[in-house]
Amino acid sequence: MRVVVERLSKTYVDRRGQAVPALRDVSLTVASEEFLALLGPSGCGKSTLLGVVAGLTPATSGAVYFEGEPAGRPLTAMVFQEFALFPWRTVQGNVEFGLEELGVARAERRRRAAAFLELMGLAGFEDRYPHQLSGGMRQRVGIARALAVDPAVLLMDEPFSALDAQTRQLMQEELLAIWERTRQTILYVTHNIQEAVYMADRVVVLSRRPGRVLAEIAVPLERPRTEAMLGAGAFLETTERIWTLIKDQARAALVE
Amino acid sequence: MRLPVPDRTRFLRRPEHRALRVLGVLGLVGLWEGLARLGLVPVLFLPSPVGVLQEGWTMLRTGELLGHLGASLERLLLGFLIGAGLGVAAGVLVGFFAVAEAVGAPLIAATFPIPKIALLPLLILWLGLGEASKVAVIALGVFFPTAINTHAGVRQADPALVRAAVAFGSRRWSVIRKVILPSALPTILAGLRLGAGTALLLLVAAEMIAVESGIGFLVLHAGNIMATTKLMVGIVLLSLLGVLSHWGLGRLERALIRWR
Repeated sequence: MRVVVERLSKTYVDRRGQAVPALRDVSLTVASEEFLALLGPSGCGKSTLLGVVAGLTPATSGAVYFEGEPAGRPLTAMVFQEFALFPWRTVQGNVEFGLEELGVARAERRRRAAAFLELMGLAGFEDRYPHQLSGGMRQRVGIARALAVDPAVLLMDEPFSALDAQTRQLMQEELLAIWERTRQTILYVTHNIQEAVYMADRVVVLSRRPGRVLAEIAVPLERPRTEAMLGAGAFLETTERIWTLIKDQARAALVE
Repeated sequence: MRLPVPDRTRFLRRPEHRALRVLGVLGLVGLWEGLARLGLVPVLFLPSPVGVLQEGWTMLRTGELLGHLGASLERLLLGFLIGAGLGVAAGVLVGFFAVAEAVGAPLIAATFPIPKIALLPLLILWLGLGEASKVAVIALGVFFPTAINTHAGVRQADPALVRAAVAFGSRRWSVIRKVILPSALPTILAGLRLGAGTALLLLVAAEMIAVESGIGFLVLHAGNIMATTKLMVGIVLLSLLGVLSHWGLGRLERALIRWR
């Protein structure tokens, strides 16, 4: 499934009635089975863009479409930065949530949830509540919940930025390993350059508010990605190039 | 020079004095019993605890006690269930639907401060002297704290969780049932506790008008004929009812909210 974002603009109206442009004229395409990272400084509207693609935020102008045959799959599922797990549901209940909303029968829900709990290393934690889990485990639940509905496009909104550095590294490895097997189309929002380059096939760099596309950079690294690549010349060059692009933007955002 | 680190937090500590809790109650009852036995206070004004227990036992054996208790419980439970049900429904409607909020919120704000006892004569006028007016006044007393707390609970539901549910395909009723209600549950239960207290108060008030049964009647009647021991039995029963409802709601809370 391809995602086409066409001349998308989004303007919020703040409490004082002032128009705040978040996105201006953004066009991009996520190819089928592509891992696309959307990178930008904080407050560049990248999460807004994800919200529009998920149907959670109406666009001011422009459009988003999906090209291809969904074949009964939901168009999108989302993984949230702050996990957004339902605290009153167990791990199992959280993973089954999306399946419930799709009207999947109970036995089938059980079966599919079990498969993704296993995949995410959550076997044995089915009956825990989210507050009993570490941040890393919670986000595993968040990912399992999204993967369980088998979305045509997986949307990830800074999924690991609430985690500590070591956990983040491990979770990146895990996600890459899963992606190698499933080849899901992924739109991945992050403000972390290293993460974007390490994970994605292509990085779309957004400017600070109002977000515009500054550059689209294909990552010259092979698959599967390995930790050793984090020190490779191609990796360092690419991250350096992106940093040069957004350095001034980030500096300007800092004093805002 | 060596300076030891002082313990600065000692005065903040609050040790649990378990024995003192029991001793406090026992001591008070003992003192009361002692005063009565010494004959320092006439039985008419303050009957002894043992005397009250004995009277209670006699009333239990004659069936008088259970008769009054049953009548009261029926009114209390019926009124509570009706008030709580309607209160939760109204709170969800007003909290979730903008139109319902625009219409309902000012209405609730305007009627909520009325002391519900003041409505009893009006309810009797409308519904008659029978059970309906008594159940209705209790239901009203429970309705307001439940509705107001439910409304607040619904408004406080985490928008991030609502968004997550919608991202996974939830529609309106699904969001209400699976996100809003569980979010609001702790606040709703706090409202029910407030309501339970009001319910007991209104029960006694309602049972003091044109009834022949119930604990309120027992207390009023015993007072009129100066049967102070009987009156005390009624008061003890009321306090037991209060403790019981508090305990029951606590159990309900722990059963419903297992995720904390």
